[in-house]
Amino acid sequence: MAKQPAAVIGIGQTHHRAKREDVSMAGLCREAMDRALEDAGLTLDEIDAIVVGKAPDLFEGVMMPELFLAEALGAAGKPLLRVHTAGSVGGSTAIVASSLVQAGVHKKVLTVAYEKQSESNAMWALSVPIPFNMPVHAGAGGYFAPHVRSYIRRSGAPNHIGAIVAAKDRNNALKNPYAHLHNEGTTVESVMASQMLWDPIRYDETCPSSDGACALVIASEDVAASSPNPAWIHGTVMRSEATSGAERDQVNPQASRDAAAALWKQAGITHPIDEIDMAEIYVPFSWFEPMWLESLGFAEPGEGWKLTESGATALDGRMPVNCSGGVLSSNPIGASGMLRFGEAALQVRGLAGEHQVDGARRALGHAYGGGSQFFAMWVVGSEKPAS
Amino acid sequence: MRDVAVVGFAQRQMEEFDGSPTCVEMLVPLFAECYEQTGWTRKDVGFWCSGSSDYLAGRSFSFVQAVDAIGVTPPVNESHVEMDLAWAMYEAWIKIQTGEVDTALVYAFGKSSAGVLRRTLAMQLEPYTMTPLWPDTVSLAGLQARAGIDAGVWDETAMAEVVHRSLGDAERNEYAVRKGASSVEELLARPMYADPLRKHDCAPVTDGAAAIVLAAGDRARDVRDKPAWISGLAHNVDPMSMGTRDLTRSPSAAAAAAGADVDGVEVAELHAPFSHQELVLRRELGLADDVAINPSGGPLSGNPMFSAGGIRIGEAARKIWSGEAAKTLGHATSGPALQQNLVCTMEGRA
Amino acid sequence: MARTLSAPVTVAFDYTRSTGPVLGRFLTGLRDGVVVGARTSSGTVVVPPPEYDPVTHQQTTDFVEVSPVGTVTSWSWVPEPVKGQPLDRPFAFALVTLDGADTPMLHAVDVASATDMSTGMRVQVRWAADRVGAMTDIEAFVPLREDAPAAPSPVGTEQAAPITGVVTPVSLDYTYAASPEESAFYRGLAEGRIVGQRCPACHKVYVPPRSACPSDGQPTSEEVELSHEGTVTTFCVVNVPFMGQKITPPYVSAYVLLDGADIAFLHLILDIPADEVRMGMRVKAVWKPEDEWGTTIENISHFSPTGDPDADYETYKNHL
Repeated sequence: MAKQPAAVIGIGQTHHRAKREDVSMAGLCREAMDRALEDAGLTLDEIDAIVVGKAPDLFEGVMMPELFLAEALGAAGKPLLRVHTAGSVGGSTAIVASSLVQAGVHKKVLTVAYEKQSESNAMWALSVPIPFNMPVHAGAGGYFAPHVRSYIRRSGAPNHIGAIVAAKDRNNALKNPYAHLHNEGTTVESVMASQMLWDPIRYDETCPSSDGACALVIASEDVAASSPNPAWIHGTVMRSEATSGAERDQVNPQASRDAAAALWKQAGITHPIDEIDMAEIYVPFSWFEPMWLESLGFAEPGEGWKLTESGATALDGRMPVNCSGGVLSSNPIGASGMLRFGEAALQVRGLAGEHQVDGARRALGHAYGGGSQFFAMWVVGSEKPAS
Repeated sequence: MRDVAVVGFAQRQMEEFDGSPTCVEMLVPLFAECYEQTGWTRKDVGFWCSGSSDYLAGRSFSFVQAVDAIGVTPPVNESHVEMDLAWAMYEAWIKIQTGEVDTALVYAFGKSSAGVLRRTLAMQLEPYTMTPLWPDTVSLAGLQARAGIDAGVWDETAMAEVVHRSLGDAERNEYAVRKGASSVEELLARPMYADPLRKHDCAPVTDGAAAIVLAAGDRARDVRDKPAWISGLAHNVDPMSMGTRDLTRSPSAAAAAAGADVDGVEVAELHAPFSHQELVLRRELGLADDVAINPSGGPLSGNPMFSAGGIRIGEAARKIWSGEAAKTLGHATSGPALQQNLVCTMEGRA
Repeated sequence: MARTLSAPVTVAFDYTRSTGPVLGRFLTGLRDGVVVGARTSSGTVVVPPPEYDPVTHQQTTDFVEVSPVGTVTSWSWVPEPVKGQPLDRPFAFALVTLDGADTPMLHAVDVASATDMSTGMRVQVRWAADRVGAMTDIEAFVPLREDAPAAPSPVGTEQAAPITGVVTPVSLDYTYAASPEESAFYRGLAEGRIVGQRCPACHKVYVPPRSACPSDGQPTSEEVELSHEGTVTTFCVVNVPFMGQKITPPYVSAYVLLDGADIAFLHLILDIPADEVRMGMRVKAVWKPEDEWGTTIENISHFSPTGDPDADYETYKNHL
């Protein structure tokens, strides 16, 4: 049995900031949701089901917050789910929401992913000490930095590649009114001059900690027919692997490669770099751009950094990456994956404003989480997929 | 809709699990049981989904290590909900309905004894006006119990009858943590614990884990002579507020039942961690008087957080496999005072 | 068989919550000694005010002051209060419909025993002496005394600024237990040994050992004594301080692949300037004095360069 067609007909996000002290958790979600509903031309009452996604409950100090939020989110009297797949959660939540439509169970699903991490401290929530262990762990940056070092060694990439990504994404963010960081004047030189945090990752190559939310309205074929510009879902994939399998490749994880291969097959894509017009890839530390470009199949292993260095991933390049500014410019952890998926949809709907890639018709949304072990990806397109 | 059946089920329940809060050690033998029941290996499972809570374990990402129990080489199609096993099963059922996979194994685990459950569950409440008072789950259930007593909808005798029947039936359940009750009079003679609730009106704090196997079409027929075909699966949620709800009702339970296929159900396993809640659910699910409720002994005999709802579905499925019933129901709940509810109806046919 | 190792862990944080306008209005009221509810679109006065109307889904704006006196509509007795609850002696949680409201609010009632509680009894707010704009500004409800004044002591009403945030301390105590395989590992460390376990299916040696080999889902079981020497596969230099950090930066956090193991684990590298550490460096465990040992990997203070030639890239490239 084939999946029923589904499309994104509404996208909304908050103004992401270090601290959204002007809203409660419900207010944060509703800001994104109300924008998505307005975009979709639907009211909350017309929604069939709501799917909430967010990262660890310790961030906000509320266990299973979708329960207390049910009424505020308009979910009372409806089916409500809450997905949690670590950092990839925003993406996997969008996939679960799409599945509800693709399974033919619901016709109009609203999904929202959020994080209000300023209510505590993200590094604290990620680093609660485990007895009997060595507290060497230094947050997410400290986890990924050794693997970035491995990539540089493996690929022979020059040292400034990460800085190229950082400067690009931060300058792209200037064209995105919702982005958290609007840092003028970021250059490769200024990034290289910023403090080394977890050698080899520098301060300006690191994502911020943000409060924010993203919401999508996903609809069935007949409902999407009344939308002027739906983003049709061409493929969705999730793959997972273990944190510490012996001889696990943490630079180019098997789960990432498997997910990409399955996704391209679903979407009928054989040469991603030629057939994908732009990509929103989960890059929380700048070096992940070349790493994921290779893993996803946009470049051969060891060649991803050349794609970045050539300017191919710039807004006016051959395959723009993270025109929204990406995770490097806004990182409400639970929402970041859905922001990637949502920004890809904005592009193929022609609604990305100043950071629009002209003529983008097929785009990739990508999210990952945990110790580079959970992957969620989708391809969206302006045309209905040939079944 | 595709025909999907419950074809495998395994559980463990104990007062206190001597092991890690990720419960990997408990999951490995549960998966082995599932493989034994189905004749499968892990490679036959198309989709994995788990249910658990970080707050129960006291760590962020506490579900991640449990993924080791799967054996994730090669990588797997896997997801997680911070909800009871029943909702993990729902996500898997949806995945099968999309046609992407034909089989799924869902699992859940919870080591309530790692913390103080009465405090931990206060974190599941509205954070601005409820959690600062640290209302515990027993107190909130007690408010609901009294509301029904005051309104004349039930009384302590009816509650004791639920307990008596449940603990009696639990004698036949090897997994039950609490079992045996001589008579309703004896139960009523026991002292109040958290007026209007007596200790036996409240499910015992239990550690445990469970796993359920789903299969579509012929994959199900290959595994079982009488697969427990899912004839209805629906869930719904009410607002959390204890003040704006009629606590003697549960509209979301009624809505879930309306979305499932409750007519003709012979056996119902209800996730009622407090005795009076069974009385609410019987009414909201529209169960006839002759429906057998919780022949396993139900949550009053053992209530491992995050698997207890799924265990109701598993126990209901077993009745189909054994031929004891042709149509059964498994129900799961979440949130204070039956706030969120899921109903799964199953029938046995070739 | 010995029980698994366990140790206490406290997860604690003072959460700083921004309230938004609706809860802010409610908490401002409490600070000022007034209970504020809201009238919903159906005309019902609800306390505390819901952030969004249950029918229109619009943000609530129609605020209503209600009386601090009301009626108990349900209650349950708390015989063994837990930490953080409004009282540390037995009390009742109750639903109280304040005069002027249509629905009840949840709070505590301070009476000596359950026999003093009844549905329908009249109660009044006992205000906290110092009010900050939190639910605990209501200390508890008490039985209404006809002679008692209902008005609170005027505290802090000179502060005109509305409440926009509230601090909610959360502290939860856990007993963390290691798995049987991990416990064996830590017990080995207490004897100065590093003991891994081999997976029966793929034959890889895991350190620390696993309840399930992540590749196969089988418990690792066969004990394998490991060398205290190994190779640095990759590493980073941690410069940044962070909340809850135990080791003072800058320090080298490295993956060490012990000879005989198939998986590297994180540890500290010392006795060499951070900028001289390199991938492939051979290192050896440096143990703390034996009288400081416990069941913990911290018995190994750090890893130190052995001075041997660096391991060939080929020998560890599959462990990156």
